[in-house]
Amino acid sequence: MSSAENIINFKQRDLPVSINKTGWTLFLTGLLLSVIAFIYDPQRSAYNLVIIFMFVTSVGVGSLFLVALEYVAGAVWSTPFRRVSEFLSSIIFILPFMALILFFNMQNLFEWMRPSVVQADKVLQGKSSYLNLNFFILRTAVIIGVWFLFYWLIIRNSKLQDKTKDQNLTTKNIRISAVFMPIFGLLITVLSIDWIMSLEPHWYSTIFGVYYFSGTVLAGLAALTIVVVLLRENGYMNLGLTKDHYYSLGALLFAFTNFWAYIAFSQYLLIWYGNIPEETVWMIERWHGSWKFISLGVIFLRFVIPYTALVSQPSKTNPTRLLWVSILILFSHFYDLYWMIMPSFDKSGLVFGWIELAFPILTVGFVILLFYYKVSHNNIIPLGDPKLIRGLDFRL
Amino acid sequence: MDNKILYAVSGLFSSPNDIIHAAEETARAGYKNYDLNTPYPLHGMAQAMKLPHSKLGYAALVVGLFGVVFALSFMSWVSILGYPLVIGGKPYFSLPAFIPITFEVTVLSASIATFVTMVFVFFKLPNLKHPLHDTDYLKSVSTDKFGIIIQAVDPIFNEEQVKHFLASLGAENIKPIYYDEEELSVKNKIFEPKFIAFLIAVAILNSAAVYYSFNKLMYINPFNFMDNQEKLNPQEPGLLSADSYGMRVPVEGTIARGHLPYLFVNDTTDAFKYLANPLLPSNHNLGRGQQKFNTFCSPCHGFFAEGKSRLQGQFLAPPSLQTEKVRNWKDAVIFNIITSGFNVMPSYASQIPEEERWQIILYIRALQRSQHAKESDFQ
Repeated sequence: MSSAENIINFKQRDLPVSINKTGWTLFLTGLLLSVIAFIYDPQRSAYNLVIIFMFVTSVGVGSLFLVALEYVAGAVWSTPFRRVSEFLSSIIFILPFMALILFFNMQNLFEWMRPSVVQADKVLQGKSSYLNLNFFILRTAVIIGVWFLFYWLIIRNSKLQDKTKDQNLTTKNIRISAVFMPIFGLLITVLSIDWIMSLEPHWYSTIFGVYYFSGTVLAGLAALTIVVVLLRENGYMNLGLTKDHYYSLGALLFAFTNFWAYIAFSQYLLIWYGNIPEETVWMIERWHGSWKFISLGVIFLRFVIPYTALVSQPSKTNPTRLLWVSILILFSHFYDLYWMIMPSFDKSGLVFGWIELAFPILTVGFVILLFYYKVSHNNIIPLGDPKLIRGLDFRL
Repeated sequence: MDNKILYAVSGLFSSPNDIIHAAEETARAGYKNYDLNTPYPLHGMAQAMKLPHSKLGYAALVVGLFGVVFALSFMSWVSILGYPLVIGGKPYFSLPAFIPITFEVTVLSASIATFVTMVFVFFKLPNLKHPLHDTDYLKSVSTDKFGIIIQAVDPIFNEEQVKHFLASLGAENIKPIYYDEEELSVKNKIFEPKFIAFLIAVAILNSAAVYYSFNKLMYINPFNFMDNQEKLNPQEPGLLSADSYGMRVPVEGTIARGHLPYLFVNDTTDAFKYLANPLLPSNHNLGRGQQKFNTFCSPCHGFFAEGKSRLQGQFLAPPSLQTEKVRNWKDAVIFNIITSGFNVMPSYASQIPEEERWQIILYIRALQRSQHAKESDFQ
């Protein structure tokens, strides 16, 4: 059957209602737990919220980045499931709410927010022209605003194309995406410096933005792969997606796993070689007590296991293997953020309890609800995209 | 055609879709020894032929792993046993420092292994003979046709059946291809003993020439500009000495030129009794003293010897040199302190020669006098 027939015969099926129910259950449980957590221990909850804030940013903006990447690179293989990335990127709508709650907890999170600490610290005084509440809030608000703007611009054109089948919309989106890419790189660097690096305002690493970027792309890719595999294997995407599509997803996951390792090692090697106290302190804190095992875990969960699992060719085309590796990579991004953020809360040792689970449950529930909503109100494939048939015809 | 042996039956197609269809059908019909020739690489051909995954990756894996082990163990041997050097205060075995080199060696060895395996094992170079060479079939598939051959060695090969099969697929120009056993079994001329002997001779001559030009010819020195002299250089072995070192240990009690040893390290009573400043407070001496004082003393004692300096508050409070006690000290006492150190102040004997110590003392005296001037100084 040819690809054109596949598209004509494709009938979008609604996702089962049980998924919606699961979503609501997780969302409400998570919400309840989160509220209790904030009453019980506001500081620890605030730190957890920062983790999940950065995680949601990664998945949402990482997906938007993949959509933009497809336009700019003129890629065809990912067109049939570009909608999945578009749906996932709508998760950024939750960011303002999270940021708002965090703005009320700034004193709990950031050392540079406490006037008594800043007064006794020359370094923090020197950084206070950048690290102050008003500028910080302004930066975060502008960054989220810019992402909303580009989300709106790109997704609007993509949706419009389903009806009008106008090829010029693709050209427009290519231009918008080309503008978006450098801005995305800049803003994600600023955001990661603001929300993660400034938790320990004395420490700095010039490669930090790239480090977070590599995790962001991995998170976007892993989320995309999980959803695509689940949809295709359960018959919601009967389009004739082949092993070649899976292989491309797997190869990208593999490439960015290596990219992450490259960046992470570059950061570590320079800090280790330079051996300057204000740089090494961050690594040393993460080598104290039980944090040591979490640090070792980062190497294994983010690099060694995904690398070994994806290195051979068949493993990139095997849906089950791909699904589990993607889940691992998505989890390892959360784990990585936990490793970067939580030691600032308690330097003595590992912190883990029900509070740490509350926010992930909330977020997973929210993503499921959002995805269910998006699938029932939108086309799951970009019907009007001129690259769609070529995307289905894609062979390695 | 007498001694020709049937190699295969060939057929030609004129579009890539036809040849992929033909490959699928041939695989389905159960043929194992068949091949396809196309003017350019076709996507999806491997799947259509149901070829297993290439084994080439294993060469890269095995040799790459060997590269990891080799690089790590070689660097460990060099930096722990062969030439242990402390670099940047790191331990001899520093894994982070080894990783970039390990990575490079791994990539290099894996890619070389892949290339070599591909060329010599899979392509079977330098074997340049194949039954398809010089046939009309190969000429057309290397320009605009897509060809298939089903080989005679296939277990279910039957010439008539294969011809029918290919015709049913829509192939044109179905022809048997023959080859000459003798022609194929002719050895490559490069394996002839004469040629190999020639190669070995060239290698030996070349090595000798390179050795001679790099080690002898280059050292023929028309104008030596006194490069070689009949003397012993440092670190050279000395034939005359018993311990075989070129450098001699000076006779015990030797004193270096311009250097007077300080004899009062342990007992200062004689120093305080007999030692006096040999220099006059001339412009030269005071100027030199000021320069050296500002370099070595002012960081702690301050520019005016009053003990106020940048280090105040970060360190044990440096004493003022303007106190009555210091003003009443003999020059010898200050000299002794600069030479041997005092409390937390270390010895400056290695940094400040004797003459400059005395010059500094002259300058200290001038500083003291500037703060505690006598009545007569104002007139």
